Formats: sequence, structure tokens, C-alpha cells
Amino acid sequence: MRDYLIGFFLSVVLTAIPFWLVMNDVIADKGTTAVIIMVFAAVQVVVHMIYFLHMNGKAEGGWTLMAMLFTILLVVIVLVGSMWVMYHLNTNMMPVHQMPSFG
Amino acid sequence: MTANDKGGLTARYFDLHEHDHPEGGSTMLGFWIYLMSDCLIFAMLFAAYGVLGGNYAAGPGPKDLFDLKLIALNTAMLLFSSITYGFAMLEMEKNKVGSTQMWLFITLLFGGAFLSIELYEFSHLIHEGAGPQRSAFLSAFFTLVGTHGLHVTFGSIWLITLMVQVARKGLIQSNKRRLMCLSLFWHFLDVIWIGVFTFVYLMGMLR
Repeated sequence: MRDYLIGFFLSVVLTAIPFWLVMNDVIADKGTTAVIIMVFAAVQVVVHMIYFLHMNGKAEGGWTLMAMLFTILLVVIVLVGSMWVMYHLNTNMMPVHQMPSFG
Repeated sequence: MTANDKGGLTARYFDLHEHDHPEGGSTMLGFWIYLMSDCLIFAMLFAAYGVLGGNYAAGPGPKDLFDLKLIALNTAMLLFSSITYGFAMLEMEKNKVGSTQMWLFITLLFGGAFLSIELYEFSHLIHEGAGPQRSAFLSAFFTLVGTHGLHVTFGSIWLITLMVQVARKGLIQSNKRRLMCLSLFWHFLDVIWIGVFTFVYLMGMLR
């Protein structure tokens, strides 16, 4: 009971702050806001993992944690790799005069 | 111990004994690995959205389309359903059929509310001419958010199935195991939603 309530309370706070930041334009610089809300999301994912999914290093002899760490590695490679490569393709490979014109 | 153990190398390096595998003994680990592979599906869809999210094809962008108040309400629905499912699990531990069923039903209501709000949002977007075929941004958006919504839909169907199972057979060991699998699934969907509302909706408003 206590675990779920702590998790719930933390999640509400960690959800409300990013929404508040974006809805009210609290911080003028958009880049800073983006970084802050991403940090809040990362923290909230960890909160969910611990308090709702009851993750720890001991469950199933540590194999759930191992599987998760491997998944996180793959997710980071997929996300960072895609964004990085496609960003450079977009900026370097398409000369302006060849850009398709939009009607 | 047995004949296999007589100093043979085979017996030293390989496990030759038969083991008793109780029913469902490895279900939780197996289900967790399924969730991790599901996580990779979402990683692909997030990556696709990350790459295509700025390609509006001169159509509407996130600022024209998204209503953050609606998304905040939706987020609250999913978060409430997460904690009510947690309460159902606590009642299940105490072997209380009635209150377990009650919390499961409340979870179902919140899940249904989430889906209704999402479908309302989708129909609103399509009605405004911002359907999935409008631009690469909207294709990626509908695929990512739609896949999550589809997961919640199937989770709800699974939840109804388990409520019927519990009503018929009570909180037997197999039903408890099934409820624990659905618990992982349900909380996992909430974790994915954190990524969706941050990466798609909030970051979309900042573009």
C-alpha cells in the first residue's frame, strides 16, 4: 500500500510539473524546457519501475534486471542512432534547389 | 548422487538431471521478456516519430492540433488506473475476491475513459482533415499513439477476461499468476505513456 501511494504521489508531481512548464511557458528558452521535461520523464520512468513494477536486482535471480538493461541499451542505440543519422542526412544530403516544393 | 555423476566430464559440465518444473514457474520471467520486446517495438515507433515529426508537408503541426488539457486529463486517467490496479493486487494478496473484483472494475473504467478520450481526440483530428495520410508527422503520430491505444484496448479485453475467470474460479493460483502478468502489462503501458506525453505532446508544443 505504502509503495503504491508513494509511487502515485511522485508520479503526479513528476507529471504535473512538465505540463505546467509547457502550458504556461514558464521558461523562455525552449531548449532548456525540453531538457528539463525529458529529465522529469526519465525520473518518472524509474519511479514507475521501482514502485509499480517492483523492479529490483533480486527478482528471478537478476534476470529481469539484466533483460531490462539490455533493452535500454538497444532502445538508446535505436533512438540516438536514428535521430543522429537522419538529422545529418536531412541537413547534408538535400541541396536547397532540389527540395520538393509544397503546394 | 546418481550414475551420471561418476566423475564424467559430461556430468560436470552439463545438467543431466530431470527437474520438476512447477506450472507457471517461469511465466513471470517469460512475460517480462515479452514486455521488453514490446518495448523495442515502441522504440522503433518513437524513432520513426523522432525522425518524421517535423515533416508537416505544409499541413498542421503539433501546436495547431494538440490540446494539452485533454492530454493532461488522459494522463491522469491512465495514472489513476495504474494505482487502482495496484490496489487490486494488494487485495488479491489478501485473497479477497470481492474487493479485488471491485478495484479491477474501477481500473477498467479508467482504462475505458482513457480510450474514449483518445478516440475522441483521433476523430477530432481526422474530422479537421489531420488524418494519418495528411503528412509524415501525422502518419508517425497516429502509428505511435495508436499502437499504444491498441495495447490499452487489448489490456482491457484481457482485464474483462480475467474478471470473468476470477468470478468463476475464484483467486486460484493460476488466476493470481495471470493477474500478475496483466499487472506488469498495465503498468508497462503507463511507462510507455510517459514517453508519449513527454516526447510527442509536450515536446511537440515546444517545436
